[in-house]
Amino acid sequence: MQPLLEMRGIEKSFPGVRALDGVTLTLFPGEVHALVGENGAGKSTLMKILAGAERADAGEIAIDGTVVAIDGPRTAERLGVGMIYQEFNLIPELDAIQNITLGEEPQRGPFLDMRAARRLGEEILEQLGITLPLDLPVRRLSVAQQQTIEIAKALLRKARILVMDEPTATLTEREIDRLFALIVQLKAAGVGVIYISHRLEELPRIADRITVLRDGKVIETRPLAEMPRDEMVRLMVGRKLETHFPDLPAVASDAPVVLEVRDLQREPRVHGVSLRVRAGEIVGIAGLVGAGRTEILRAIAGADPPDRATISIDGKTVRITSPRSAIEAGIAFITEDRKSQGLILGMTVRENVTLAHLASFTEAGVFIDVGKELAAARKFIEELHIRTPGPEQIVRNLSGGNQQKVVLAKWLAGTARVFLFDEPTRGIDVGSKAEIYALMVDLLRAGAGIVMVSSELPEVLGMSHRVLVVREGRIAAELSRAEATPDRVIAVATGVAA
Amino acid sequence: MTRPAATRAGLAVIGLGALVVIVNVLTGGSFATATNITNVLRQITYNTILAVGQTFVIITAGIDLSVGSLVALTGVVMAIFANAVPFGGTWLILTTLIVGVAVGAAAGFINALPVVKLNLPPFITTLAMLQIARGLAYKIAHGRPIPVNSDAFNGMGIGYVASRLLAPVGMPGIPVAVIWMIVIVIAFAIVLGRTKFGRYVYALGGNEEAARLAGIDVARTKTLVYVISGSCAAVAGLLLMARFGSGSPQTGEGFELNSIAAAVVGGTSLMGGRGLIVGTFIGALLIGLLNNVMDLLNIESYTQEIVLGVVILLAVVLEQLRKRFLVR
Repeated sequence: MQPLLEMRGIEKSFPGVRALDGVTLTLFPGEVHALVGENGAGKSTLMKILAGAERADAGEIAIDGTVVAIDGPRTAERLGVGMIYQEFNLIPELDAIQNITLGEEPQRGPFLDMRAARRLGEEILEQLGITLPLDLPVRRLSVAQQQTIEIAKALLRKARILVMDEPTATLTEREIDRLFALIVQLKAAGVGVIYISHRLEELPRIADRITVLRDGKVIETRPLAEMPRDEMVRLMVGRKLETHFPDLPAVASDAPVVLEVRDLQREPRVHGVSLRVRAGEIVGIAGLVGAGRTEILRAIAGADPPDRATISIDGKTVRITSPRSAIEAGIAFITEDRKSQGLILGMTVRENVTLAHLASFTEAGVFIDVGKELAAARKFIEELHIRTPGPEQIVRNLSGGNQQKVVLAKWLAGTARVFLFDEPTRGIDVGSKAEIYALMVDLLRAGAGIVMVSSELPEVLGMSHRVLVVREGRIAAELSRAEATPDRVIAVATGVAA
Repeated sequence: MTRPAATRAGLAVIGLGALVVIVNVLTGGSFATATNITNVLRQITYNTILAVGQTFVIITAGIDLSVGSLVALTGVVMAIFANAVPFGGTWLILTTLIVGVAVGAAAGFINALPVVKLNLPPFITTLAMLQIARGLAYKIAHGRPIPVNSDAFNGMGIGYVASRLLAPVGMPGIPVAVIWMIVIVIAFAIVLGRTKFGRYVYALGGNEEAARLAGIDVARTKTLVYVISGSCAAVAGLLLMARFGSGSPQTGEGFELNSIAAAVVGGTSLMGGRGLIVGTFIGALLIGLLNNVMDLLNIESYTQEIVLGVVILLAVVLEQLRKRFLVR
């Protein structure tokens, strides 16, 4: 049979990362092809290339046997590629019909032809066997209903290759059944579906074949019937390229607990999390995207204050109601997105470094002592090897790794006892990574406690004394360094093992 | 951030210098006289003071449309107060100022409340205040200006300082109102440029979420900014009341737009995060000089409005081009 889609030898590099390394993927009409892999394995990048959101460095894409050049989202759409992202692309205030026909509105002269639009929308929905309230703004519909609107929208655009990214992540059991019934219908109509999911247990119900990606390479493509679940996990994890992590100093057996969190609750993603961190210890938090890892850190740091929790620092109970209160309690929070949360990009290195502890750089608590600020900025530039022309450089102009060091400097300027790291090395070069790891070790030696969230499994395993695996807002397992093997962590995170 | 802004301020000064020479030739020497410059300074006093407050607000990526109406409201309230109390002299000026600032600050607080609590756009809340304060001013004053009985304010409105010192150069002295303006400009330049609060204003205009996560009390900082703007409006209201000897509900129509124009021409970014009080002063001065020069050249007022509009547009276009150039 003529494949519907062939992606051959796709390569893509980002600064410091080989995201895709000769990836080949084939999709037949009427096939549901599962695409699995760890966070960062290259699934999203591959799909972005198919959708025209990214350009491949090398390789070719053929649709119906004809090589095509996908140079943008419009082209991909014209070629029949439809994307259903986890975050829907719907206009919340418009109704179902308006969303389905968005950009393809039937017109009569200069005016919208509402009746024709309605006919068009109803026709598609009828084909799919879906009934929806058509007159409500879509924001008032359920997630599952919004998802079907996305599908209808793609089909109106004559999509024959449908990419679904974690489509069941937020659906109930019944809604999943209905979605699968819909997918079976699409198959019958000859649509090919690329199905991305972390929920390995549901794949046998829906997928025909499976491709496992790891480190930007295709590890295996096989009919799903011939791939038991434990083998999926093994292939996903594999043997990683070893990154060099520094030796973590052992935690003294009598080391005091610096951070204790009991029964942390924060709707909608954190349900009763408890954890303890001792002085000189790194506790790693692993889990899938959306499991609630970042949310745990944000709650402890007061970014989204907990609904309920008992938190103590150095044995003293503290109330966390805002970032300010967390900082005063001795908590430093190094956010995952430094550009939108960690830095004031238009400010200088000096101004960013002193921002969280400005009071200690003032005279009489009011007037800023620029000389003192400059001295601190220079000290951190030297100690952390921040590559910048000087303390008066605007941080927007620094590289990612150096920006991250400025964020770190901002928290080192205070006297925090607990450091919460969220994806501490995301998107930065190998050299800066090593420097940041070394710095974390320095913090341990100085008696701080660290909680680290990371999507890079080797990082969690290489840089933690203990690993907590989070699933659906709860701690599903606590693993010692010896117990925390990649297979075990993935198995717990995906719900294959407890 | 301060360095490019300072460079910009420097360039503006050089531009001004060149302009003075050219204009003076064109106006046959009537421009660069002490008397004329004194006049210009006096004319820009009110706008400068409003624009100082406005600059704080705009740096936080906000806007305060209510200042013109607050000039009227505070002026009316102060006039009534001044007529009602039995004492005079400096004591009267001081208490009147306190009453006016209290009203202006309260209005600013009310402006800020829905902005910080409900995350409403300041454009809307201050637009509402523009209406409310204007209506209140008319209502309180029964639609007419309220003459101030005391002569305690005369010095402030029409008086001069350093008259004897400046007599040899043919100047009547420096208007008292101009002294007020200079003090306010310097004081708030220090607050914005040298204090913790000022730094927080820039920080939350540059990236509110990062500022919040750095422990900055965003609600408090934002509230204070609108309180400052309302207080500046009260000071402008006092000076205008002193100048005309009455508190009038009609004063200040459109002043909010002039103050925004001064801030923007002075290099304050409406996107927030950037701006300087000195820049705003230069912006107000530039607009004032432009008006003055066009007056001296007998350019009709309609044309003046067009020119002013073009200048404002030019200022923001240049700013945008500069930014784009910087990013590349």
